Amino acid sequence: MSAIVEIQNVTKTYGGKVTAVDDLSLAVEEGEFVTLLGPSGCGKTTTLRMIAGFEIPTRGRIMLAGEDVTDLPPYHRQVNTVFQDYALFPHMTIQENVGYGLRVAGVPKSEVGPKVKDALVRVGLLDKAADRPAMLSGGQKQRVALARALVRQPKVLLLDEPLSALDAKLREAMQVEIKHLHEQLGLTFVFVTHDQREALVMSDRVVVMDQGKIVQSGTPSELYDQPASAYVADFIGNSNKLRGRVVDIQGRQVRVKVLGTEVSGLARQNGISVGDLVLMTVRPEKVQLLVEEEEAGSASLLSGTVLDNLFHGSTCRMEIDMGEGEPFVVDLQLRTALDQANLAAPGSRVRLAIDPATVSVFPDDGAFAS
Amino acid sequence: MASTVHAQEKIGDNLIGLAAAGAMLFLYVPVVVLIAFSFNDNRSLTLPFKGFTLDWYVKAFNNQDMMEAIGNSFYVATTATVVTLIIGTAAAFTLDRISFPGKTLFRRLILLPIALPGIITGISMLNLFRLIGFNLSLETVILGHATALVSIVVTQVYARLQRFNRRLEEASSDLGARPWQTFFLVTLPNIRSAMIGSALLSFTLSFDEIPVTFFLTGRDNTLPMYIYSTLRRGITPEINAIGTIIILASLVLIVLSVYLLQKSNQE
Repeated sequence: MSAIVEIQNVTKTYGGKVTAVDDLSLAVEEGEFVTLLGPSGCGKTTTLRMIAGFEIPTRGRIMLAGEDVTDLPPYHRQVNTVFQDYALFPHMTIQENVGYGLRVAGVPKSEVGPKVKDALVRVGLLDKAADRPAMLSGGQKQRVALARALVRQPKVLLLDEPLSALDAKLREAMQVEIKHLHEQLGLTFVFVTHDQREALVMSDRVVVMDQGKIVQSGTPSELYDQPASAYVADFIGNSNKLRGRVVDIQGRQVRVKVLGTEVSGLARQNGISVGDLVLMTVRPEKVQLLVEEEEAGSASLLSGTVLDNLFHGSTCRMEIDMGEGEPFVVDLQLRTALDQANLAAPGSRVRLAIDPATVSVFPDDGAFAS
Repeated sequence: MASTVHAQEKIGDNLIGLAAAGAMLFLYVPVVVLIAFSFNDNRSLTLPFKGFTLDWYVKAFNNQDMMEAIGNSFYVATTATVVTLIIGTAAAFTLDRISFPGKTLFRRLILLPIALPGIITGISMLNLFRLIGFNLSLETVILGHATALVSIVVTQVYARLQRFNRRLEEASSDLGARPWQTFFLVTLPNIRSAMIGSALLSFTLSFDEIPVTFFLTGRDNTLPMYIYSTLRRGITPEINAIGTIIILASLVLIVLSVYLLQKSNQE
């Protein structure tokens, strides 16, 4: 495996003032599905547009398959883009749209026809070949945009929030479709989204960005289970946030006093020392709710008062008042109808068992102050 | 009670209908009179009608001076339209794509000539041509027309470019198209109806333009100038005949231009 896209210390500023991308370095392996994830304005789209050639980096180099393409215009780069609004040519039919990249490259008509047909068969739109884009639904336009970008057999396919205009159900179906397409083609995909669930479902690797920098890069499960910062823990999935103070450190383990209880066996992050205020994040589904006199084992115990039960279908989200801060939420699996009937009613006291292995501890830098 | 309201509404509707009919009469009776007399078998323009004839059309087409004037008008209108289209489209692209100091002023100024009375444009250009020693000819008329009409093209093409999705050009470039391919295959087809629509409008306006032409023409006459000069000898049925043809041709061009500009607005 070798890096097909290499972004080397790239900075992009606009008008010398706004910094969209800040000294960013990233290598994408051949065949990888990498997602750039972050809130709007984090620089993910600018990064993608620099790979495509629509923006020129202020500083730094961009390498494509070992070749420096930093100053090459888009039409000299072997990458193709699927745009957020599809950007299908409205004055052309679907097959003309798909064949456009071949036509401008001077591919003979006799070869364009079969290739366009193959591409349309692949996305299941052969019967729409003679239609105009205006006659297609959002999902169909999306497929045409994919076919149009893939017909040129690019080294890298860039996807700029391609699913954001689709409704929830269609979006999920397209996520699976694009993932399968990636598996079939073995091509490198660089995907941009602000939707963390989309990123987790589709990617081999997720690159979380904030303010033009990479905050963390890893597999979806790494990001979810071992977030590198409170920002990532908060951005990916749901997290309960608890504030505590470090009372003891032994090797890689810390003991934290939180809500009047001491929780030990927590993994130590760099830069934490005894007496520090820390922010702890706990996933709502990794908390165990104890009934009556049940023993907690090695887990630590916290207790609170049930505020509300929110029914989510297969799960129930219980909101618990811990005496301070935001309500603590616990996701409970509802396996049987009995589970639902036995839920602790609002107002009753509950005990929570928290496994230290599922808790992340970060220096409390004042972020997420309530 | 209800029926009175109904009756009142009916009277109201009838009044509006009447007003509309009045407006149409006011606008079109003169035109109808002109068309009717072009077929009347009588040299003098007086009622009653004597009978139907196509003689005046034959006479008009055999009138050498008039044919020459029509030829001149076509030459002027066509050339002025082409010049206008090239300058206007280039200006519209500049306004849309390039930011430069004084851009707003440039946009306002380029739209000014359409608001200027033709007589002002005529006199000022006449002065200019005298100053730099140009001889008056049909070409000076073309320059005058192009100046007055360029704002039409700029307005329409600029409006279309503002609504044009620039992502399409990026997509084209992304798919390997050189800038000139992108321009001819993607950009131009999307602003084409605005260009053709404003060109047709420019052509029609140039074809029957008098004030600017009056000041800037040399010995050659355009059709409106020729008609104006012959009117001193009274309106002849030949003029009615040629007028009828111009009305029909203008109507077709105007309808086509409105249709295309509307289509451009919907794109």
